Amino acid sequence: MAQIVFDQVTKRYGDVRAVDDLSLAVGDGELLVLLGPSGCGKTTALRMVAGLEVVDEGTVAIGDRVVNDVEPRDRDVAMVFQSYALYPHLTVAKNLEFPLRQRGVPKEERERRAVDVARTLGLEPFLGRKPGQLSGGQRQRVALGRAIVRSPKAFLMDEPLSNLDAALRVQTRADIVALQQRLGTTTIYVTHDQVEAMTMGHRIAVMDHGRLQQVAAPQELYDRPGNSFVAAFLGSPGMNLIGGRVAVEAEGGTAIRTAAGDVLLQGAQASVASHHEQPVVLGVRPEHLRISPGGALEGTVLLVELLGAETQVICELADHSRVVVRQQADQARPRLGEPVRIAVEPAAVHLFTEDGSRLEEKTAA
Amino acid sequence: MASVVSRRSQRLREAVLGYLLILPALAVFGVFVFYPFARNFKLALYQTPPFPGLPSHYVGLHQVGQVLTSSNFLQSLLTTIFFVVLVVPAGLLLGLFLAVAAHRHLRGIAVYRIIFSSTVVSSVAVAALVFGTLMNPVVGFLPWLGINPHPPILENTTWALPAIAVMAVWQFLGLSFIIMSAGLSSLPEEVLEAARVDGASSWTTFWRVTVPLLSPTLFFGVVVATIYAFQTFGQIDILIGSQNAAYEHVNVLIYNVYTTLQINGDPGRAAVLSIALFLLTLTLTLVQMRFLERRVSYAS
Repeated sequence: MAQIVFDQVTKRYGDVRAVDDLSLAVGDGELLVLLGPSGCGKTTALRMVAGLEVVDEGTVAIGDRVVNDVEPRDRDVAMVFQSYALYPHLTVAKNLEFPLRQRGVPKEERERRAVDVARTLGLEPFLGRKPGQLSGGQRQRVALGRAIVRSPKAFLMDEPLSNLDAALRVQTRADIVALQQRLGTTTIYVTHDQVEAMTMGHRIAVMDHGRLQQVAAPQELYDRPGNSFVAAFLGSPGMNLIGGRVAVEAEGGTAIRTAAGDVLLQGAQASVASHHEQPVVLGVRPEHLRISPGGALEGTVLLVELLGAETQVICELADHSRVVVRQQADQARPRLGEPVRIAVEPAAVHLFTEDGSRLEEKTAA
Repeated sequence: MASVVSRRSQRLREAVLGYLLILPALAVFGVFVFYPFARNFKLALYQTPPFPGLPSHYVGLHQVGQVLTSSNFLQSLLTTIFFVVLVVPAGLLLGLFLAVAAHRHLRGIAVYRIIFSSTVVSSVAVAALVFGTLMNPVVGFLPWLGINPHPPILENTTWALPAIAVMAVWQFLGLSFIIMSAGLSSLPEEVLEAARVDGASSWTTFWRVTVPLLSPTLFFGVVVATIYAFQTFGQIDILIGSQNAAYEHVNVLIYNVYTTLQINGDPGRAAVLSIALFLLTLTLTLVQMRFLERRVSYAS
């Protein structure tokens, strides 16, 4: 068990900085999720910990040891690959024993530990089979088993659930969390699926274009996104972002003037009055919008998506930008093409500058 | 009802068109492959008298038995097997070695790949000329190195066949390299990476992961190399020839077919020999498929 520290790590492919000046510490026993869209550098960052990619600048440390020049096999980490990467010519038992065998563990102990792990993961009946004879879920468990069998310092998981069907994914997600909790092994978990990230991570590190955008606990990330990228990426669908300008109203209130109408600010948010006339981006989550005759924004209904328990109403605003309004299924559904007014819950408004960073509201105190 | 009829007539039209389209290929194959193939079986049943001009006469399977038990055939068969043993493992292992060496992301590695695969496009005649010169007892490279057996290599009953094998290996190397390279690049990268993270050294990874995963390619290589070795003719004819002192020691089956027909003028015996070679190739390929394929692990 160990902490993993990235210190100003950069990885280049030609002119592209796949990972750009990444500094991040993963605590001992923590499950940290690296989240981001494809090509954001999260897998590259993980592979640098495994030793499968060379670090161009900065250092990666596992425990107290900088591992930049340490061979993958000497790093004592275990990796679970997206494709599972099982040895197709070996049986499940031999797959599980492989890492132990490389470390010179005697035959009897190897077999015993493989059987132990197989029992934990419900793989006992399949010990004699080859990976080709297993289902996707079973293969996934073998890959997990191969990682845990040698009690490494850290688990590195690269989108291990993305090849499973939806139902199995939810179940395996919970299994991995439970397993990690029980073993207490430091884990870096790479995914592009924000639901996985939210449900699994002790903390989530969001990356985009090789750069770390924000690291925080899941709820904090959702409630106070550090920039508009994190705001839009997290949530399903993500936060609505509407362009506008800060306007100080005649009555003394502060509003964001958008093409679709003025949104009055309240409380701490109103402290942005000093930014009068400056362009800003107004962020508000779908659940904080409401179709209401007195709403501040004017739009037209483009699409109504029924999701069972709730309904997503996608509206087009005057400047052709789109917003998603989430409402309960029992609420009246607007018709397609109908002009509607959309109310914004003032307390739930986020403000970002044009370049995406969060406009820090001054607290009342 | 009408639609059923029209569908049937449409299918018929498609079938007629299909047969018309394969007809030219079928005609070419028929004239140059199938007819000679069948005719060869007939030839094997007729004996040609030792004096030219006399008509050949039907002897049935008598000639087949005679040829297959003759010392000439058995000697030739042994020579062929020896040649295969010399060529196949060496050709495949060297090809694999080069493929592994060239299978890395280095600037300019493509140049090496082209060089390694170039023997595929060199003609037998040119290659034979080059090797003939290299092994020439006066101006050759080997005498220059101090290797100068007597009689000269290509007339030496001990060294003539290995010398031909060296050239055959060289010429097969290009194809072997291409086959192995293709096999290597089709291996799942993540499995090899998993082995590295799991603690395997490069050596262990190669023997315990790469080679087993490559086994379908190796199997294919063995079949191709064996057939190639069976059919090595030009090298022998150009470098040794039937007038050479070492001729008896390089007289592999395919060359034996040629000398029996062209030099001894005996189409009957030659036909039997060529059938024997055909059946040998067929049997060996089937045996290899049955036995090797069972041990081959295909990636899931």
